Amino acid sequence: MTTVNRLGELERAIMEVLWETDKPLTVREVSGGLTQRNLAHTTVMTVLDRLAKKGFARRERDGRAWRYRPAATREAYVAELMLTALDQTGDRSAALARFAQSVSGAEATVLRDALEQIEGNGGKT
Amino acid sequence: MPGLADATLLAAVALGSVRGASALLRASWPRRSPATAILLWQALGLAGGLAAVGAFIAVGVAPRDSSVAGGAAAMAARLANGQFLQPRQPIAVTLIQAACLTAGLALLTLLCWVLILAFAGVLQARRRQRELLALLAHGDPKVPGALVVDYPAAAAYCLPGLRSKIVVSVGTLDLLCPAELAAVIAHERAHLRARHDLVLIPFTSLRRAFPRSRVVAQAQRSVALLIEMLADDRARRARPARELATALLRFGTSGASFAPAGALAVAEGEITARVARLLTPPPPLSRRAHLAIWLAAGLLTVTPIILLTMP
Repeated sequence: MTTVNRLGELERAIMEVLWETDKPLTVREVSGGLTQRNLAHTTVMTVLDRLAKKGFARRERDGRAWRYRPAATREAYVAELMLTALDQTGDRSAALARFAQSVSGAEATVLRDALEQIEGNGGKT
Repeated sequence: MPGLADATLLAAVALGSVRGASALLRASWPRRSPATAILLWQALGLAGGLAAVGAFIAVGVAPRDSSVAGGAAAMAARLANGQFLQPRQPIAVTLIQAACLTAGLALLTLLCWVLILAFAGVLQARRRQRELLALLAHGDPKVPGALVVDYPAAAAYCLPGLRSKIVVSVGTLDLLCPAELAAVIAHERAHLRARHDLVLIPFTSLRRAFPRSRVVAQAQRSVALLIEMLADDRARRARPARELATALLRFGTSGASFAPAGALAVAEGEITARVARLLTPPPPLSRRAHLAIWLAAGLLTVTPIILLTMP
């Protein structure tokens, strides 16, 4: 369990490093960008390979070394995450349970009035 | 032809389930006792599906000297022996029976297949969510026990499963006060604890099987709303109903768009229904009404099973 968590933390830290620059990085450069400096070269390489397998990182040959870059920006992944969360109609909708969806039009006006009425009766809790 | 009585009864149960579904959609009591209404929905779905499949197969395997299930087994054995034609039977009857048998098996396959697909799709989507959350989400002292994603719009949801998670966006933290946040988390936790997702998935898959059916679409939406009401009720035990209601209203109005007035003639929306229920809770059904509905649901489920297995 702890190893899994540690690996997860490391994947995240390494993605942060990759997201911070525009150019593809070698394993050594990634290691240098991490706050945790005493990591073995092979450990960082393993995690980068895992990220590549999951599709989060892309790697390309540069002479004798591999260079890694993120497959998409952080914002793109956040958008993907939230799109599933906000999507009401798609097949994915059963995968998670939303609290509520924002509405528009006549219903939004009704809700706004209701909220004002409640708040009028004693203010925000 | 002997054996068609069962087929007629099964067809009646199937049609009755559709009728029952329409009646349940119009009924106003479900919001008073959502759990009982969900149970009835499940019974209607199960009985309707079993009876429809069974009716076709019953016609297909008549005449028979045992139950429909036994007749189907005997039929399968006969077909496996290469004996396709019943002795002394007009060819037209055999063709009709073959068509019914095919329809019954096709329906059964479709129902099972969409259910498998729905589960597979859900598991895949959840895995992707967990992968992304591992890279992007962080904790926040404002919402202990939940993951926070840096996203400006309001979003709050839970990811059911063995490693369940509750996720809120930064937009949600800005939108709600701490008490409202706690109410939202209590609501999501209720979903996770009761595994409401498992209740909803069969109805979602049914919708995929019959995308044009209005009754199926409305039934799925109705069950989804009843599940939300159930989680609202559970959350209300731990948090004041008012906080949950204002959280719902803030969520509902968080979309920035003001549509032109009167552009959409909205029937009572889901949030409106949930808020109304929280602020003025309708009295739950009487014990006697509960019993009657449970009994009806039980009978409804058992009837097609008896018709299929009794000679």
